[in-house]
Amino acid sequence: MKATIQKEQRVGPEHQRPETEFVSPEVNIFETKDGYMLEAEMPGVKKEGLEITLDGNELTIVGRREPEPPCGDLLFRERNVADYRRTFELDPAIDTTRVSAKMDQGVLTLTLPKSERVKPRRITVD
Amino acid sequence: MNNLIRWNRPTMPAWPTFGRLTNLRDEIDRLFESPLAELARTSQLFSGWTPPIDVYEDKDNLYVKLELPGMKKEDIELSLHDGSLSISGERKSENKYEGADMHRSERFFGRFQRTVSLPTPVATDKVKAQYKEGILSVTLPKTEEAKPKQIEVNVG
Repeated sequence: MKATIQKEQRVGPEHQRPETEFVSPEVNIFETKDGYMLEAEMPGVKKEGLEITLDGNELTIVGRREPEPPCGDLLFRERNVADYRRTFELDPAIDTTRVSAKMDQGVLTLTLPKSERVKPRRITVD
Repeated sequence: MNNLIRWNRPTMPAWPTFGRLTNLRDEIDRLFESPLAELARTSQLFSGWTPPIDVYEDKDNLYVKLELPGMKKEDIELSLHDGSLSISGERKSENKYEGADMHRSERFFGRFQRTVSLPTPVATDKVKAQYKEGILSVTLPKTEEAKPKQIEVNVG
């Protein structure tokens, strides 16, 4: 089986941070013949709070939560306040120059197209 | 640096280990006695999607915040009944990508329901809700009777 984008890993040693500083967003990853789609749940993150970095074939998404205005005393807490971070190893077939991102109601959608040369194509016989 | 570490959702409660299974009876007993927070966490084991809730209070309002990423506003329902606020809804799975292979499926689709028992009476006709950045914020103004009051005592 060929490499896919889902070989993920935690923070690399070169930028080691305390584990508690980030939470891993939940993701769905789809693959079609044209590319990959990655959806990551990052409620509380605006477009401005997103950092998407590509380093070689490593894709890192960081989502910083919009600070919420204080509203009184906390009675009950379940939500995590940490920022989001997750790293993925990309399939070499992905054309990293054409990666695009969209943010909608706390869900980041990344579109990672495969480069033209690896796409399956039909060859017509004259 | 290519060592692959199994992904664990950091906020999930750990499953009971074998040592603790022997105390299952205690666990079950605790489940029925425990405060709301504990119950809410434990109930994650039984239901698919339990969006996390925060509740705040100031002197005029109660605030309930719920993380519901990727919903449509129309699919969220709010109701107030007997001093409880219920938030329910459905996140519909859209078959967006025709013929796609699924490599990872961690997001939950389907129905959810959360109920918060409100610590003070609220003015039900003045409740406001806003859905932004995947977070539902509900503001519930306290009734006049429930607000803290300063009583002036005239010493005559």
